Order: sequence, then C-alpha cells, then structure tokens
Amino acid sequence: MTETTYREALRAALEDAMATDPTILLIGEEVGLYGGAYGVTKGLLDRFGPERVIDAPISEPAIVGAAVGAAMTGSRPVAELMYVDFAGLVMDQLGNQAAKSRYMFGGQIAVPMVLRTQGGTGRSAAAQHSQSLEGWFLHTPGLRLAMPATVNDAYHLLRAALVQPDPVVFIEHKGLYTMKGPLDRDRPDADWGRALVRRPGRDLTIVTYSRMLHESLAAAEALAGQGIEAEVVDLRCLNPLDEAVPVASVRRTGRAMVVSEGVMTGGVAAELSARLQELCFDQLEEPILRIAGEDIPIPVSPDLERAAIPSAGLIAEAGLHLMRREVAEWAR
Amino acid sequence: MTSPDPGAAPVAAARNTAALDRYRMMRRIRSFEERVGEMFLRGESAGSMLHLSIGEEGVVGVTDAMVEGDSFTTHHRGHGVFLARGADPARMLAEIGGREIGYCRGKGGSMHIADRELGHLGANAIVGGGIPHVVGAGLSYRNHGTGQVSVAFFGDGAMQQGVLYEAMNMAALWRLPVVFCCINNQYGMGTRIDRASASVDFAARAGAFGLAGASADGADVEAVHAAAQDIFAGARAGRPGFIEVSAYRFHGHARMDKSPYRTAEEEAEGRRRDPVANARARLEAEGLADADALDRLDAEAAAEMDRALDAAVQATMPPLPSMFEDVYAPETPTPEPLRRRLARILNA
Ligand SMILES: Cc1ncc(C[n+]2csc(CCOP(=O)(O)OP(=O)(O)O)c2C)c(N)n1
Ligand SMILES: [Mg+2]
Repeated sequence: MTETTYREALRAALEDAMATDPTILLIGEEVGLYGGAYGVTKGLLDRFGPERVIDAPISEPAIVGAAVGAAMTGSRPVAELMYVDFAGLVMDQLGNQAAKSRYMFGGQIAVPMVLRTQGGTGRSAAAQHSQSLEGWFLHTPGLRLAMPATVNDAYHLLRAALVQPDPVVFIEHKGLYTMKGPLDRDRPDADWGRALVRRPGRDLTIVTYSRMLHESLAAAEALAGQGIEAEVVDLRCLNPLDEAVPVASVRRTGRAMVVSEGVMTGGVAAELSARLQELCFDQLEEPILRIAGEDIPIPVSPDLERAAIPSAGLIAEAGLHLMRREVAEWAR
Repeated sequence: MTSPDPGAAPVAAARNTAALDRYRMMRRIRSFEERVGEMFLRGESAGSMLHLSIGEEGVVGVTDAMVEGDSFTTHHRGHGVFLARGADPARMLAEIGGREIGYCRGKGGSMHIADRELGHLGANAIVGGGIPHVVGAGLSYRNHGTGQVSVAFFGDGAMQQGVLYEAMNMAALWRLPVVFCCINNQYGMGTRIDRASASVDFAARAGAFGLAGASADGADVEAVHAAAQDIFAGARAGRPGFIEVSAYRFHGHARMDKSPYRTAEEEAEGRRRDPVANARARLEAEGLADADALDRLDAEAAAEMDRALDAAVQATMPPLPSMFEDVYAPETPTPEPLRRRLARILNA
C-alpha cells in the first residue's frame, strides 16, 4: 500500500500493463515527449520506445481510427483524446466503427481498445474544454465506460480496461489528477463493473461517480452533522452498470439523489434515476432527485463555472429538503 | 530629391505611413500580450489557458490586407489578429478575465473571443474548428455579391486536421472569396512541426487543391503584406488562397508550459526572428522614423495597454443568473435552473 496521486496511479497502471502485455501501444497527441497534456504518460516513451508510445499529429479521427484498426489486428491500443470535448471529432470512429464492428460483422471482428480521455470543469477552460460527455458514450451500445473517482480505482479500473474484449472509454477527471490517496497494486477495491458503497447510511442514498463522489461524500458529512445518515454509492463503471448495489441501497433508504457533473437533460443522471424508479418504485418515499450540471455550456468566468455544476452544499441542501427537514433559501 | 515619376512620391509616402502603422500595431500586440501574461500572474485571468501570440506579430501583414467588412475566424492564439482588426484591448482583457464587460460577457474567455461588428466570427479552442466557417461565409458573400472576403487564421497544428482539406477543396471548387492563413510557429504544443508532418511545404498542399498558395517570412511584416495583397486580390475575385506566415512561438504553449521540450539555444535563435524588432530597425534604417519617435510610440502602446489592464481588472464579474442567458435566443424558452426545478419537485 502506497500513498500516491490519481495521476501517478494512472501512469503506474499503464506502465505495469505495458510491461506485462507487449501488444499494448499508446497513441495520441503529446503522449510521448511531452508526457501527456496532464502528465499521465510521463516517462513511458523512455521506457517503451517510440514504436509503442506514439506521438500523433493533431488528427483525432485518424488517431482513434488507427486505434480501431490496430485493435482489429492483434494490438491493444490506448488512444488518448486530450479532452473529452474532442469526442465531437471522433464519434464516428468510436460510435460507428469501434462500437459496432463486433456486432455488424457477426462476432468476427473485435475492437479491444481503450480510449483514455479526461473531462469536467474546474480550470476555467471554457465551453469546449470542460464538458462531461459520458452520456454520449453511455448512449452507444458496444462501448464500455469507466470513470474512476479514487486513486486505487484509477489504477485498477485502467488495468481492468486493458484486458476487456471490447472498446472501453475511460474518462478521467481533470480536477482529480493531483488528488492523493492510497494505492494497493495487489488489491482492487472491487471488480470491473461493480459499484461500491463508499459511505454507509440508512436515511437516503446518493448515487454518483467520478469527481462528484467527493462532493457527495462532503455533503454526506455535512448531513451527518444534522443527524442524517446518507449512503454514498460510487458506480465506478457506467457500462457495465451495476444496478444491484444502488437498488439495494435505495430499497432500504427509500430516498435517492443521483449526482452527476454532466448536464441534466438527457444525461446519465436521467438514465440512473429511471432505472432506480423502475426497480424501487414500491419503496420510494420521495421522488428521485437528479442533481446534475445546469443545462448550459460551461462559462469561463470562475464563479459562473462553479455555479454550473453541483456542489457539496447544494447536494446537502437538497438532502435536507428530501428528509423534510430544513428548506433552503432557493426552495422557499 | 527629384523623382522621374510625379506619382511615385505620394505613393511611397503612403507606403511609409502604412509601414509605420503596421509597426505600431505590432507593438500594441506585443504590449497587449505582455499584459495578458501579467494578468495571469496577478491571478486576475480566468484560468491559465492563455496562448500568447508574441513572435507572431508579422501576421499584421495579412490583417492589413483585409478591409472593413471582411470577416475572420481564429484559433486559440488569436489575440493579435483580433487586436489588429480593431479590437478594444480593455474589453479583450476583460473577457480574458471573465468580466462582464468583456466581448462575450465573460462566457467565452481568451479562447472564445468574438465580435460580430468587427467581423470576428469567433476564436476556437478546437484545433481546426473555425476553418470551415469561412467557407460558409464565402458562400454568403458570393451569393449576395458583397465583395467581402472571409479569412481563417489557424496554426500549423491545424494543417493535420482533415477538416482543413475538406474546406480547401470546397473553397476552390466553388470559387469562394476565402483566404486560409496558417501561422506556422513551428510547434503544436510540445511537438515540433517536423514531428507532426511528413511534408512541411504547406503552400504546395494548398496548390494541390487548386488554391493560390504563398509562404511568407513572418519576421518581415512588409514581405508578408506584399504576399497577402496578391492573395487577397485573387480571393476578392473568387480565386481563394492560402498564405503561410512563418514565425517562432517565443513563449510556452499556454501559461503553465515552460517548454522543456526545446533547448535554450533554439529559443534564443527563434527569438532573434523578432518581427517587431525587425520592423523597428527597418523604419530607422530607411529613415522613416527616428529612435526618439519610435520610443515614444512604444511608450504610448505600453501606456494604452496598462490602462486597458487597469480597466479590465477593475471590472465586475458577471452576475450568476447571466449564466442562463444566451444558450438560446432571447424571448425563447430558456434552460430551467436546477434549483428552481428542485424546488418545484420538492414543493409539489
Ligand atoms: C481538436 C483539438 N485537438 C487538440 C487540442 C489541444 N491543443 C490545443 S492547442 C494545440 C496545439 C495547436 O498547435 P497549432 O495549431 O500549431 O497552434 P499554436 O498553439 O502553435 O498557435 C493542441 C494540440 C485542441 N484544442 N483541439
Ligand atoms: Mg503552432
């Protein structure tokens, strides 16, 4: 067990996996000499050489398309998309090519690749560099989708992604790279595709993933100060999606909030909330709340940017209201 | 001094004034970008994704070939181009600081400045994202017979984006009044151009699409301008063109980048190709302005940008409710704020 950062855990996962599996190659902008726009691939070019750590021109569709072809032919490529926002450029290769090949070609042609990328707000990076677009991928059958929130998961979910038989979109959060936490290389917190209760509680359930886990835990802490015990569930993977853990929790508590940084409408929170409602209908005491990003592009001005996504404060206020305790100013 | 051609003296005088004006603009851009750096260090900018165009001021040779009514899009390193097209530096800095009086009301920031009045159809943070817009603008101008030209400014990194070639082909195919301007500063982030491009003869690529192609030394603004005049004359007559302005990116990619991927010697060499210093030396050498006059001009530019920075940092931040404005047109349904929605649910 070591204490390290999310960034370092990701780097270690790539390094360990590449040392074990010689078919893994990295391809992306600035992944080699520069060491990755957020420093995740630092040192890998030196260790594994330019045939496996490939600096690509600014040509995202061809980067992802090349990864698809490499995956079809015995390599296990990790394509890095510097910002998830550039998904706009690569959705054909991802959604029409990578995601559908196995199916269209009757099971003959698999695409075992990983698309590593990062998203989210927090750097005043503005509307084209701050989005949470996991909903686009979740809406595409054929893709797997993992979004680690902790240091240990950064390592183990990435290792797991690198042995999946199908294309995985692996979304890091730009606000977590410097976060410190324990890493136990030998012990994943849970399997691929399993959700985890990060904090137990009997009064209400908060279902979340990625950076919003930390806002949710802070909210649960604040609620505990008011005598409300919130259970916090970290989904870790959105596809495969573990319904059992959140459903069991909500059946017990009867109250649920789904917290997501992505915009609310048509998003991940909507999907999760629908599933919980379908499976927990009889036990629900209150409507399931979606606490999600405002339905707007991300503004650059720092205060506006902060206000565009859920905060611990808002989650706690909504939780209090859901427990019919205190009513926040905005809800009067 | 007598001239054999009576028309030559006024023409030369006009050219000299224009050269001095171009120098002034380049100096203003340099001073402006220095204030952007200062704004970041003072913690007054919105974030650190600020891309300085220091070293690329030779692009003034291109913007000077544009006329009122011409439109343009830029990449993320577009402060200089916009300033050269008439932007108010205080409102630019305000936008870079996320302030309400900024060009985009603090919504866009450095990478998304735009101003319809001045023909700026938008700076873009997606490499290549703004390029095809000039094809559409060219269609509008051609069909409406307006005589306007639309110009895409982008970096060498965008030379590897497929959309550029789709746009070039359309512009040539449909004979649109369009100019593609590549500011080749040798780098895309940490990747030197020869590590990203098998061939670096970009003008030849444009030629292959049927565009008029030119490549100009961005350290010599007058040479850039001469090349641009030809390209724009063609574009205005429906023969779209491409012009490469070579430069060296003096500083890191964005504010956090210390350029560890290149040597100090290389940087020193690159910075010797300084378009501002070159233009100044030339004005002096040709006797068009003396050192004192140029010093005064430099000081005026610096003072102007100091005032702009003061105005920007003193400006207020946008009010929170403004974040829901401009997602859609005014007077049409707007996004419902999350808190309002939650209140509706919880009070139901
Ligand atoms: C589609 C896309 N890919 C990657 C990036 C990340 N990125 C931002 S600027 C940049 C380098 C661009 O180089 P160039 O076009 O030469 O412009 P310069 O920064 O040199 O002015 C990269 C890779 C981006 N913003 N958009
Ligand atoms: Mg460049």
